[in-house]
Amino acid sequence: MLDWRWDFTLDILPRLLVATGNTLLAAGLGYAIAIVLGLVLALAQRTPSRAFTMIVREMVEFIRSTPLVLQIFFVFYVAPQFGIRLSPWTAGMIAIGLHYAAYLSEVYRGGLDSVPKGQWEAATSLNLSTARTYFRVIIPQAMPPSLAGMGNYLVGILKDTPMLSVIGVAELMHTANAIGSETYRFLEPYTMVGVIFLALSLPTAAAIRLFEAWLRRKLGMI
Amino acid sequence: MSYLEFLSQYGDRILSGTLVTIVLTILSALLAMAIALAAGLMRMSRNFFVRAGATVYIEIFRGTSLLVQLYWIFFVLPLFGITLEKFTAGFVAVGMNLGAYGAELVRGAILSVPKGQWEAAQAINMTPTKRMLRIILPQALLIMLPSWGNLLIELLKGTALVALIAVADLMFQVKQINGTTFMSAESFGTALVIYYILARFMITPFMRWLERFMQRKLGRA
Repeated sequence: MLDWRWDFTLDILPRLLVATGNTLLAAGLGYAIAIVLGLVLALAQRTPSRAFTMIVREMVEFIRSTPLVLQIFFVFYVAPQFGIRLSPWTAGMIAIGLHYAAYLSEVYRGGLDSVPKGQWEAATSLNLSTARTYFRVIIPQAMPPSLAGMGNYLVGILKDTPMLSVIGVAELMHTANAIGSETYRFLEPYTMVGVIFLALSLPTAAAIRLFEAWLRRKLGMI
Repeated sequence: MSYLEFLSQYGDRILSGTLVTIVLTILSALLAMAIALAAGLMRMSRNFFVRAGATVYIEIFRGTSLLVQLYWIFFVLPLFGITLEKFTAGFVAVGMNLGAYGAELVRGAILSVPKGQWEAAQAINMTPTKRMLRIILPQALLIMLPSWGNLLIELLKGTALVALIAVADLMFQVKQINGTTFMSAESFGTALVIYYILARFMITPFMRWLERFMQRKLGRA
């Protein structure tokens, strides 16, 4: 029956906390890639070429509707077939970054569409180039409405990092698995992983809700 | 080995894996819907303890990863004397996880049914149960159907994780095939395409159809 051992829990806690650092790093790096790449994917759907838009759209749909864990395997094992050797970290960051870029591109798309048409006309009448219009006029205005959705995916990416353990990234889940197979005790490591995730994601989600409310007031959207 | 040879040699296993994935998806979807409805209604209860119970459940399952929950249910629950067979553990974990997300959809949809509907039902002396079943839930269902479409795709993707506890689903099969043939692009690529087809050409059209069906039923078409 159940025997929770506090001494064992304290023994493994330092290892788990180090791994938590890696989890946060993985989520942060992946999110940074997703923020930039997501914007690229969103802008790529706004070119005059309809065919190009459709191809990008379908690509985004493809990434969004296939399992992340399979994409991680795909990147990690297929790249070497083409002579590119990727470390688990690199492959993992590419896969998770791309996956969330697809999600974020949908968020940005909504934000970009919400910028009034008059802004475009004003920019045209000032003779601004398209690139300048995007970076100085449109994107700054598209960001605030996108922030709420972006926050949700920040929590999402944090909770998806355990999947990186399948290719050997030494994050929280991977460390818990290692402890489990060394000591044959699964109760404490897996439970602690759950507790650490709760401790990370609940405050983050709460902070995002507060930020969202603050933003609404700030933008006069109450 | 060409791709056609690959398919003819391993097609059977990929197909059986796909079937397992489909069955898993259907079972965990049914579980998720039942949990979502129960937890969503409990969240709106007047009783503090009922409400707190649902909130704790939802926050725990939404606050941790599906993979963590899956491992916990499969490796730790037996220590409490509850041993689930790996297939059962798989669909229970996926169903409970997505059920927590669905609960919020149910609650949101019920709250967004116009207030007049509640009042009208009360005015004609309906009991609370009957009002919920005959008036509120059908309209809430229509409101939340589009979100459920997305949730079901998340659920399909979630089932891929059960391969990690050795349930022989599509993900598991292609991982095994990759292990023996080293044809990673072919094996993982095929699986990606199959998941995509399941999501985009089966789940999405089915949900669209269901939405239109419900609209007709409620006379909103």
